[in-house]
Amino acid sequence: MDPIIILQAGVASGTVLLFATIGEIITERSGVMNLGLEGMMLIGAMSAFGVTVTTGNGFLGLLVAMLVAGLLALLHGVVTIHFQADQVVSGLALTFLGTGLSLVFGEGLNKAGAISLLPVQSVPVLSAIPILGPIFFTNHSIMVYVGYLLVPAVWAYIHFTRPGLHLRAVGENPTAADAMGLNVYRLRYLYVFVGGTLAGLAGGTISLAISPGWFSELTTSGQGWIAIGLVIFAQWDPWRAAFGAYTFGALRRMILDIQGPQALLGLRNPFFFNPYLGFFLQMLPYLFTIVVLIIGSREALRKRLGAPAALGLPYIRGERGA
Amino acid sequence: MATTATAVPRRWRLPYRLQVDRRLEAPRWLSPLVSLGAILVALLLGAVILEIVGGDAVAAYAHIGRAAFGNLGVFSDTLVKATPLILVGLACAVAFQMKLWNIGAEGQFFMGALGASVVVLAPIVPIEAPRWVTIPAMLVAGMAFGALWGAIPGLLKATLRVNEVITTLMLNYVAISLVNFFVFAVWSEGGFQMSPTFQRAAWLPRLADYASQVPLFRGLTTHLGLAFALVAAGVVWYILYRSLWGFEIRLVGDNPRAAHYAGVNIVRNTVLVMMLSGALAGLAGMSEISGVVHRLQTSISPGYGFTGIIIAWLAKLNPLVVAPVSVLFGGLILAGREIQPAGVPRLIQGIILFTLIASEVLLRYRVRLVRVDAEPA
Repeated sequence: MDPIIILQAGVASGTVLLFATIGEIITERSGVMNLGLEGMMLIGAMSAFGVTVTTGNGFLGLLVAMLVAGLLALLHGVVTIHFQADQVVSGLALTFLGTGLSLVFGEGLNKAGAISLLPVQSVPVLSAIPILGPIFFTNHSIMVYVGYLLVPAVWAYIHFTRPGLHLRAVGENPTAADAMGLNVYRLRYLYVFVGGTLAGLAGGTISLAISPGWFSELTTSGQGWIAIGLVIFAQWDPWRAAFGAYTFGALRRMILDIQGPQALLGLRNPFFFNPYLGFFLQMLPYLFTIVVLIIGSREALRKRLGAPAALGLPYIRGERGA
Repeated sequence: MATTATAVPRRWRLPYRLQVDRRLEAPRWLSPLVSLGAILVALLLGAVILEIVGGDAVAAYAHIGRAAFGNLGVFSDTLVKATPLILVGLACAVAFQMKLWNIGAEGQFFMGALGASVVVLAPIVPIEAPRWVTIPAMLVAGMAFGALWGAIPGLLKATLRVNEVITTLMLNYVAISLVNFFVFAVWSEGGFQMSPTFQRAAWLPRLADYASQVPLFRGLTTHLGLAFALVAAGVVWYILYRSLWGFEIRLVGDNPRAAHYAGVNIVRNTVLVMMLSGALAGLAGMSEISGVVHRLQTSISPGYGFTGIIIAWLAKLNPLVVAPVSVLFGGLILAGREIQPAGVPRLIQGIILFTLIASEVLLRYRVRLVRVDAEPA
């Protein structure tokens, strides 16, 4: 129960949630909600692992994972953007499809032997900082550092660049964006694809770095849905998403570690003496997601902030919109 | 209405092009036809994927047909699988009618099973109690536990506008962990991951129980739960299409603003509909352990709650259509257990849902091939 270790591991496993959450933020900012994260992450995890097993190249694995998950997301794009299907139902369909595809194509992958994982690195100077160094900059998979770079990059892209302005425009008011001369359909397809690739990256990060291997549906165990909850908690802001993702990562690690010691804060540790109480610990991430959602919703009501105005609505050119 | 042309290359022109027009109203016969077409396309796509991974699609589909509908015995097993599916399909349909996305039927199913088990194992009803006491008590407890599990996201949605998609889904994991706790820590029989077998009075009667009177029923596993499910389908249909409450539910689903101005209490309806939905899924859980498993254990559902979503959508949220659609999916689940690779039934379900929602565009738009030169300029 060393807090530094818990936080260090929390940053590592939170990186998975971070990629998925940021991807969904980008997609939702463009006005499309994609509830298929779980399916895209699973197919990403499966294809990253499968490609790495056959080629021995982890980076190729990640690339394929991003591409496959991105293509799957485009399917959601076609159905919701052009066919105007309900985004909730299409997202659920994507979850089923992604899960089914990864189970079928991943058959037998769980028996694959050890593979070379993505490299682990410490950052030379920064790792010497007390407390922060060991937590953020020591012995992390390079994907963790990619996460550090992604957060400010996406934040700056959304708020300070012209394409970022266009992204927000098609999500807030597609009719006006169209009148400005933006191609609403093309931009939405683009950002649905980008969100998919990040979900694939999240899946690949699980199977190649954070908890290596392919364990069918247990590989993601609902993290895609937790990420969707985090998007609402984050109020579609990358910095808050990072905070939420790392906190959740730490929580997941704490649940494992809390069952170890005999004494907790000087008292008998009930989780050590009755391992069945672990079932209640397993509920915590999911209960915590609900709490986080309640916090996010209350804040949205109070500040009158919230989801992109056109989120979930199909845009039909030439018809009066919302 | 907008008329748009697609698939027209700039220089080289095809002699035909697609003409897409908005429909004002789709003919009644079109909707079932389009759904049927979607399923056929889905089965075709599934076959292609099966062939890619080296499976034999024809043999797989033939096996599903034989092992699910081949004779009276297996058809009876298919009906056993269809029983919980009808109930969770109804649970989803009633919530979706109000555009409440309850995807927590799986968790409500587990809670229903837990509620029914509490009655037997706590025990609330003594072991010597007759069947006509035990079964109704389990029924009420199962529905109450499911309703409670549905009420939580309902309340959060109604009062705090918390997204019910995620809360219902999260509560699935919580419910399964809770059931695991009771199975392993409280009611475990000899350390195994299952409770002791229920007394006979807690078993729903099966057709096979009457084989001495009707020889035809020998070995048939279909149980009383099927009757519960069919009655529930009738009741839900009556509520939705013949009662004022059902009118309010559908009005909120179609146009919440209009419903609000018409004086419909949306907060109360949100909670009540989620409770009804949860109670139906809970009844499915009760019927499954009382009619099939006869004990509480961890693996009581191959994802019934999620299949219910697809069933509800395929039935266009009509309770009376839910039942026949559930029989088809019951067959898929029953026969799919023996097909390798193991993910095939899930994959086919996913493809069906996808082609289904994609095909609905044909109900809103008329798509025609027209000759380019046959058009007036």
